[in-house]
Amino acid sequence: MINRRIALAGLLGAIALPVRAQPLAYRITPEKIAEGLWVVRGVDAPIAMANGGAIANITILATEAGTVLVDCGPSLRYGNALRHAAEALTGKPVVRLYLTHLHPDHIYAAAAFAPGIVAATPQLATLLKSEGAGFSDGMYRLLGDWMRGTEFTLPGTILAADHETFGTRRLRLLPLAGHSPADLAILDEASGTLIAGDLVFHDRAPSTPHADLAKWHTALKTLAALGHKCVVPGHGPIDPTPTAAIDQTRDWLDWVTATLRAAVAAGEDNVAAGNVAIPARFATLQSARYELQRSVSHFYPGLEAELMPRIDAKR
Amino acid sequence: MFVSSTPWLGVIVLALAPVSAHAALPADPLGSPMWQRLGTTLFGSDPVRFDDRVRVDFPEIAEDQSSFPVTVDARGIKGVKRILLFADLNPIPLAIDYAPQGARAFLGTRIKLDQRTPVRGAVQLEDGSWLVSGGWVDAAGGGCSAPPASRVKGDWAEHLGQVRGIAVRERDGTHIRLAFRHPMDTGFVTNIPTYNLDTVALSGAGSKSYGTMRIEASVAEDPTISVIADTAAGEAIVLRGSDTNGIRYDGSLAVHDAAPALAAVG
Repeated sequence: MINRRIALAGLLGAIALPVRAQPLAYRITPEKIAEGLWVVRGVDAPIAMANGGAIANITILATEAGTVLVDCGPSLRYGNALRHAAEALTGKPVVRLYLTHLHPDHIYAAAAFAPGIVAATPQLATLLKSEGAGFSDGMYRLLGDWMRGTEFTLPGTILAADHETFGTRRLRLLPLAGHSPADLAILDEASGTLIAGDLVFHDRAPSTPHADLAKWHTALKTLAALGHKCVVPGHGPIDPTPTAAIDQTRDWLDWVTATLRAAVAAGEDNVAAGNVAIPARFATLQSARYELQRSVSHFYPGLEAELMPRIDAKR
Repeated sequence: MFVSSTPWLGVIVLALAPVSAHAALPADPLGSPMWQRLGTTLFGSDPVRFDDRVRVDFPEIAEDQSSFPVTVDARGIKGVKRILLFADLNPIPLAIDYAPQGARAFLGTRIKLDQRTPVRGAVQLEDGSWLVSGGWVDAAGGGCSAPPASRVKGDWAEHLGQVRGIAVRERDGTHIRLAFRHPMDTGFVTNIPTYNLDTVALSGAGSKSYGTMRIEASVAEDPTISVIADTAAGEAIVLRGSDTNGIRYDGSLAVHDAAPALAAVG
């Protein structure tokens, strides 16, 4: 069945392209979460032509000193639209753009902003020097004209302190790791909102292409203890509670870990592992099957080396 | 009513097909540009039919074009003597040619994808005819022509010859899974000639064969092989393998009963 769907999707894609007459345009619709804090919700789906890659949540903060953004979207076109929408909303120019981690759906729009206001932790800045440009081919392949003119640019500001203050708004910076080798979470102290980047997913299955599950676990523990009021996850709806989305993220990652370990130990192949029944408690998670199968690809080889005994004569 | 008559048509075709000697290849439901040429190469003048009972399963997304999991499951078909796994638009289309013996018509592995391509399984019956199925897979380019990770890292020779394995007895047979360390060089990377794991044979007590297979460089680096054999409990399975430089990959593994503790975790 899967085979057919893929073939069909390919055909539809080929037919749909030539009839698209309108120039591609992103719709930026900020939702107010707290005083002076809005979120532009990403589509809770994989990166695809249909959504222009706008799948990550973007946060807009109004301060006396100017507008602050956390992440900026997948493409130059998105970044320009976001800047216009954010500045119209707050009436002040964007003075800071935080990058939470290396994945292109969150940061490839940075080219639409002056490099000096684009900020990353030292760990992320180092990682972006080697890995940042590498996502370009894949993004252009998946998104075509949505990506026009997008070139990866490095952040111009390296974050050394554990906070930054804009006017009276103090933002606590939490350099962590786990979803990727360098994740930044931000606590808006004024509203008690935790802007978690992709360390937290909500009703959307977590993705694991650069994940270290043990470190991710530790990071989630740190986040759960911050005393915040609500959470802006990297993907999925806002969590109005402090820990529901954090707990759900941990629950999924623990289940994936246990399931894949058991599958490798039982001699199951990758395809079977990607097709196991997903427990009913994860029914609200979008893209669950898709992310499980991606996680099989990410973790299976490592688990084979760990859990399958040597059987060769040299052992 | 119209729909329900199609299976009967299938039965009639099935009954007639083996009679014709030089059967023309049927039209390809996937519309692959390589079907006629590849079909002639792989199947010669043997009769060929498309049949969904040959289940070719793979993930929704080709997360890694250098390592894409595929299973060919033809356990719903009697008398399968050979299984081919191939991808039409790969520069090395054939991945594995497997002759199951004392084993179910099932094969799992990970292959490279060089571009968007049909991925197919074909099974040959006792009468020589072939049943084929598969689907298109969308993939980023270069899975066959990018250097293997162990070449980039430079540690491929340190692990050469290592084989890991597990054999677990389930209700539907003994699931045998093998994981080899091998660069599986395709020959498409500058100054690195083709070098791949080449043959794998499994046998049991009293040299009873559990099948043999020929493996091409289009199988992913550090190849994994999954088969389902009809072994006895506690039987020792013997692996005999070799690569295109004549290096041996011999080993043995014991058949375990499915561990209830592990099954419960999932």
